[in-house]
Order: sequence, then structure tokens, then C-alpha cells
Amino acid sequence: MKKMFKVSTKTIVATGLGAALFALLFMYVKVPTGIPETSIQTAYGLGAFFAVLFGPIAGGLIAFIGHAISDALQYGSIWWSWVVASGISMFLVGLVYTKIRADEGEFGWKDVLRFNIYQIIANVIAWIVIAPVLDIVIYSEPANLVFTQGAVACLWNAIASGVIGTLLLFAYAKIRPKKGSLSKEEE
Amino acid sequence: MKAKLFDYVERHNAIYNLSGVTKLLCFLLLTAAVMFSYDIRAIVVIMVLSLVFLAMSQIQFRQIKLMLLYVLLFLVLNFILTFVFSPSYGTQIYGTEHVLFRIFGRYVVTSEQMLYQVTKTLKYASVVPLGIIFFLSTNPSELASSINRAGVSYKAAFAFSLTLRYFPDLIRDYQDISAAQQCRGLDLSKKEKLGKRLKNILNITIPLIFSTLERIETISNTMDLRGFGKEKKRTWYAAKPLKRNDVFAISLALLLFLGTIALSVFVNHGKFWNPFV
Repeated sequence: MKKMFKVSTKTIVATGLGAALFALLFMYVKVPTGIPETSIQTAYGLGAFFAVLFGPIAGGLIAFIGHAISDALQYGSIWWSWVVASGISMFLVGLVYTKIRADEGEFGWKDVLRFNIYQIIANVIAWIVIAPVLDIVIYSEPANLVFTQGAVACLWNAIASGVIGTLLLFAYAKIRPKKGSLSKEEE
Repeated sequence: MKAKLFDYVERHNAIYNLSGVTKLLCFLLLTAAVMFSYDIRAIVVIMVLSLVFLAMSQIQFRQIKLMLLYVLLFLVLNFILTFVFSPSYGTQIYGTEHVLFRIFGRYVVTSEQMLYQVTKTLKYASVVPLGIIFFLSTNPSELASSINRAGVSYKAAFAFSLTLRYFPDLIRDYQDISAAQQCRGLDLSKKEKLGKRLKNILNITIPLIFSTLERIETISNTMDLRGFGKEKKRTWYAAKPLKRNDVFAISLALLLFLGTIALSVFVNHGKFWNPFV
């Protein structure tokens, strides 16, 4: 049985390497959309994938650490409101952890639907509510600017998590042995 | 494409010799102070001090050139966007209106708006030297122990130290895979259509992600075999004991933090300093 908030050694290692991967993708692997300063961040696809595999704690920390590192690398300082929102969005996606068994080779259309519902709700909460509100509280940014930015971020991040996350989960489930695929040989 | 962060070069001066905990606490305290306050006087004081610290740390300009360029670009963009979206936000905050000149329609440049936007820009700019000092002058192995000593559970601190340990490795893997796929004719440039490009990018990231998954398996088994996580506490090889300079630095940061808060609460009666009334 999977336990939602259990922290095993594997969770810790997955968090560490996942965050490194997240930071790497966040900086180097993005698809420009044609609108300046907005791009599809493949990192959120990876974050959602790891959140489903390793649970909400790993997911949340991966996005939090990964985003903070890539911010620090690129800007020398950390934009806390968005880093926190990133962490929360992937934590929320991770709540689907106990319901999807991709590690046992099971990932059907029902799971696709379930994953995407969680993912969309998580992105809406994080980018349309938390990020702009924190921007206003911490940095006193004008409200209409941050809500516009939040809505744009929500759309692209939901696309990234949805499309890339789903594809990764499909690929992963395919290479995992199915539960009960081995049977005892008759003597 | 090179990771410049934690491009740690051992040096010996007042800043480098501080313990990692000290630098972390000072970074957090001063960032919090600047984040909280909208008083340009407090922000300028912290900015000047952090530039002095940057000079003291002897970090070379070429190490941070690219980063500064990004910051500048971001600040300029934010400055323009803020004005485009809310040209009268300053007037709304300070409650008065001193018109400097008109552009057209609702785009009127007021001293209030300028004060708000300049303060905001400085607010973001002033923490950059602090971040640079913190990330470039701290030994990465020591960083995890500092985070642990600052009160974060050692498991989370260990995850962070694993991130730093494997970041360069993953970058190398990514470059290898990307070069190999491009040799086979995978186009990642703008010449390819968006959908095709997304697919090509996936062809690089999938091997990277799945090899990382295997690595996770190996590392976590190794750690389990060595008994990781059995005890409630652990010691760190790279921890530095606190010295007199550390106590001094933390006190200074604490003083600046409390000073900024006091300025807002007792003098300004709010986040904003209002010279217009």
C-alpha cells in the first residue's frame, strides 16, 4: 500500500535528483510560444510525473528547490511568491499519488482523466490564486498585472503538466512489469 | 551552456570564511527586510551595504556578468509592464498626484508612480548582490549542513545536497543525449514546427528522465544499505563552527531587519514611506 506522506530514503533521493532535473529543464528545455517572456516549461511536466510517482512531499519539494535554484542561477535572487506557488502546484498534483498505479504497469484512460483533473485544479489554485496573491502581499505589485501573468502561467503550465506528464506516465507504465504478470510454474 | 551557480572557488577573506549558517541567516534576514519594506531609504541602505559586502568577497565580475544581464533585462521589462498595466498605481498608494508630464490618455507620469516604480526596482536589485554572495561564496557541501543547523530536518537538507551534487552530472548527461540525438538529425531550432519541436524535445528528455529514475533506484539502495535515516540526528563532515565574525554578521543582519521593521511600524505607519503629504 502506498502511504501519502511517508518519507522513505527513496523519496529523499527522488526529491534530490528530481529537483536537479527540474532546475535543468526549467533553464534549458523550454518551448517558446511566440509571446515574449512566456514559454512552455517542460519542467512542470517532469514535476507532475515525479509527483505522481513519489507523492506530494517529493513533488512539492522538487518544484520548490528546483525553481529556487534556477531562479538563483539566472537572476541571483529568488522570486519567492512564484517559487512557493510552484511548490504548492506540484504538491497538489502529488495528491493523486495513492490513486494511480503506474509503477505497477497500470495507466489507462481513466487514469489519464484522473491525473489531468488533479493537475488542472492544482495549476488553477497555484497560479490564479496563490502566486498573484503572494505577489501583492509580498511585493505590492499591481493586481491586474499579476492576475494577467498568473492566468497566462496557469494556461501554459497546465498544458506542460498535462501533455508531457501524461506522455511520461504512459511511457513509464509500459516499461514496468504488470502486477501479477508472473505465475508460479506448475509442478 | 555552463552552470555558473556554485561555481565555488576557494578563497580566504572575511566573507568566504563565514560559516554557511551565518550566510544563510543573513541572506534570509536581509531579503525579508527588503521584501517587507517599501521605504526607499531603508532599501538604499541595504543595497549599499550589500554592494560593499560583494566587493569585500572579491567575487570576480566575469563570474556574474551573464547573471547581471538577465537581472537587468528582467527589471527593465517589469518596469515597463508595471507602467503599461497600472500607470496610476502610485497615485492610488500615496493618495496625492504630482503630474510630471503627460504621454497620452491615462498614461500620465506622476512623481508618485515614479517613486513607487523606482522603489520597486531597487527592492529587486538590492537583494541580487546578497544572493550572489550567498551562492558563490558558500561551499556546496557545507550548505546542506547549514540548512540543517538553521532548523530544517536533515532529510530535506540531504535532498538539497543531493540536488547540488547531481546537478552538474545531469547537465553533462543532457548535453550528451542532446548531441547524440542531433547527430541523428533531430532539429531543435526554430526551423521546426512547434508540435514537431515538442516531440523532438521529448526525445531528449525521456532518456534523461528514465536514466535518472534508474539512478534514483541505485542511490537509494546504497543509502539504505548504509543505514541512512535510522537516527533522528546526524553530523556533517563539512560543518564549520561559529566564530566571532559570524556572531557579528548575524547581529548586524538582525539589527538591519529589526530597524527596517521599526521604521515601517513607528515612523511610516505602514509598508510605504510617503514623502508627498
